[in-house]
Amino acid sequence: MEQKDDTLFIKLIPYIDKYGILLLIAIMLLVLHLLQPDVFFSWRNITNIFKQISWQSMLALGVFMVIVTAGIDLSVGSILMLSLMALAISSRAGLPWQIVVLVAPAVGLVCGMINGLGITILRMPHPFIMTLGTLYIFRGVGNLISGGVPIGGFANQIRSIGNGKIKLEWLYGEGAAQYIPSSLIIIIIIYVIFWIFLNQTKIGKWIYAIGGNPGAARAAGINVNRILVLVYTLCGFLAGIGALILAGRTGSAYPNAGLQSELDAIAAVIIGGASFFGGRGTVLGVFAGVFIMGLLRNGLNLMNVSVFWQQVLIGSIIILAVYIDVLRRQFGTRK
Amino acid sequence: MNSEEKKIILKTEGLTKHYGGVKALHDADFTLADGEHVAIVGDNGAGKSTFIRQVTGVEIPTSGKIYFDGNLVNFKTPADAKKAGIEAVYQNLALADDLDVPSNIFLGQEETYFNLGPFSFLNENKMFKQSIDVLAKTGIKIPDIKITMNNMSGGQRQCVAISRSAGFASKLIIMDEPTAALGVQETKQVEKIIRSLKENGVPLIMISHNLRQVFNLVEKIWVFRQGQIVGCVETSKTDGNEIVSLITGVKQGVGEEASFI
Ligand SMILES: Nc1ncnc2c1ncn2[C@@H]1O[C@H](COP(=O)(O)OP(=O)(O)O)[C@@H](O)[C@H]1O
Ligand SMILES: [Mg+2]
Repeated sequence: MEQKDDTLFIKLIPYIDKYGILLLIAIMLLVLHLLQPDVFFSWRNITNIFKQISWQSMLALGVFMVIVTAGIDLSVGSILMLSLMALAISSRAGLPWQIVVLVAPAVGLVCGMINGLGITILRMPHPFIMTLGTLYIFRGVGNLISGGVPIGGFANQIRSIGNGKIKLEWLYGEGAAQYIPSSLIIIIIIYVIFWIFLNQTKIGKWIYAIGGNPGAARAAGINVNRILVLVYTLCGFLAGIGALILAGRTGSAYPNAGLQSELDAIAAVIIGGASFFGGRGTVLGVFAGVFIMGLLRNGLNLMNVSVFWQQVLIGSIIILAVYIDVLRRQFGTRK
Repeated sequence: MNSEEKKIILKTEGLTKHYGGVKALHDADFTLADGEHVAIVGDNGAGKSTFIRQVTGVEIPTSGKIYFDGNLVNFKTPADAKKAGIEAVYQNLALADDLDVPSNIFLGQEETYFNLGPFSFLNENKMFKQSIDVLAKTGIKIPDIKITMNNMSGGQRQCVAISRSAGFASKLIIMDEPTAALGVQETKQVEKIIRSLKENGVPLIMISHNLRQVFNLVEKIWVFRQGQIVGCVETSKTDGNEIVSLITGVKQGVGEEASFI
């Protein structure tokens, strides 16, 4: 009865498409809990996961917006590193923390704008080329200004942004160890703002329209180039925020910061169900994608599984996620 | 003549577009009176779409002048043409595939709660309701307007594209082969929309390969051949044979077997 199985499978596809990612997260949580019953669901471990994914979630959100426009940004890891170095240098120069805190987002924003202007004004044939170029340039500049060595020693105010703890003593009683990491609060605030931006505003709608059919967007009177510059600029800005969080977590700027993290960001976006060809994807999906990668790393670390298995698993999940998308397109709701 | 008393809504003088060595459009003088419905016909590659792209700001002409609504205009983008009051339905179905019907109908001119420029908050509810009205006005039936365009048939897509342009108050509507990809029923639907535009006095330029349709719908036919305008005849004073001769450049004996009929 192969025929019958086929149709049942096809009927399931829209549900897999919609809820599959939540199902995957639920299964992972369950499995990890069963494997590590004492540790996994502890307050300490769960907050750890959010701390670990905090800066990557910023990169992924930026890359997501870019991918929705059918573009790509390979330079986010380098933007993060350059922003971090700039922050460290301004801190070492003795600038007040109120200024230092602005440096990383500002540098990220400028880097993103350079990408956006390059893609539109220099009419690069594909954003891949422009951002591949700046992947080298930004990291190179970061090493030039720092001399290629780590720089440490940030003010406490700076560190508390990525590393702060909001104690829950009022809830759990005097001296309780439970706390909410400040980086989790930052993730929530930024993701909510960008969810509103992408789903409730004109520009958000246009960003999706551009990814689906740039010609249609142009014909509808939308200034496509201006929106693209904005999207790449915001992507850079988010990488700068990521640098600020990372500064708090590590307490120093180092030459390898964010190395290859652009690939993790792309992976999270794809696992989260966004179409690599633009026009489709959700903010919640991106968060799910980042979370899945975080869970995987955390769980495998807890069980002392080699980092090489993490690579194999993440790669497999990427391919599986896209294969589900392929099936959806083939059998899905298309008439 | 009657059309001379009426206001001229669109006029081109020596409109020319060259792509490298290809003279896609050469020295086109075209006029359209307010309220007038005309067709542009011609063989494949005759320059019809190129002409439309110059008038709607999709491309910038190599040379020549365009007057719209009494003013010399210099559209740099489709947004400029839209602002001036020109709505176009393009041949390549200019729709955002991953958005739903209301989003496409209102693309670029979304309804919002209050104006914050591009950061305005969308009034999805209002757009949903107005889309239903617009589609009802044009007699188009789409079961669920919340599904995305890439899940719709060619006919449904074209109907959305047309209601999109017909739904907004505009001074001129241009359609490039609006029924080329449609079935019989859907073609009738589109023709009905075009007739209602005529009744409302909205001028229309339509590119079509379907001479029956052209004779049924418009009062004037402009014929393009090899990038040039080779004729302009009133529908009531011509027949299929003459149009086909103009299209092909062959004087006689083409007639019935031509694919245009
Ligand atoms: N973007 C372009 N680049 C080069 N040649 C083009 C371009 N667009 C159209 N042409 C050429 O211009 C001529 C007219 O094309 P077009 O206006 O599309 O014809 P029609 O719409 O009448 O079929 C054709 O020879 C076509 O190949
Ligand atoms: Mg054409």
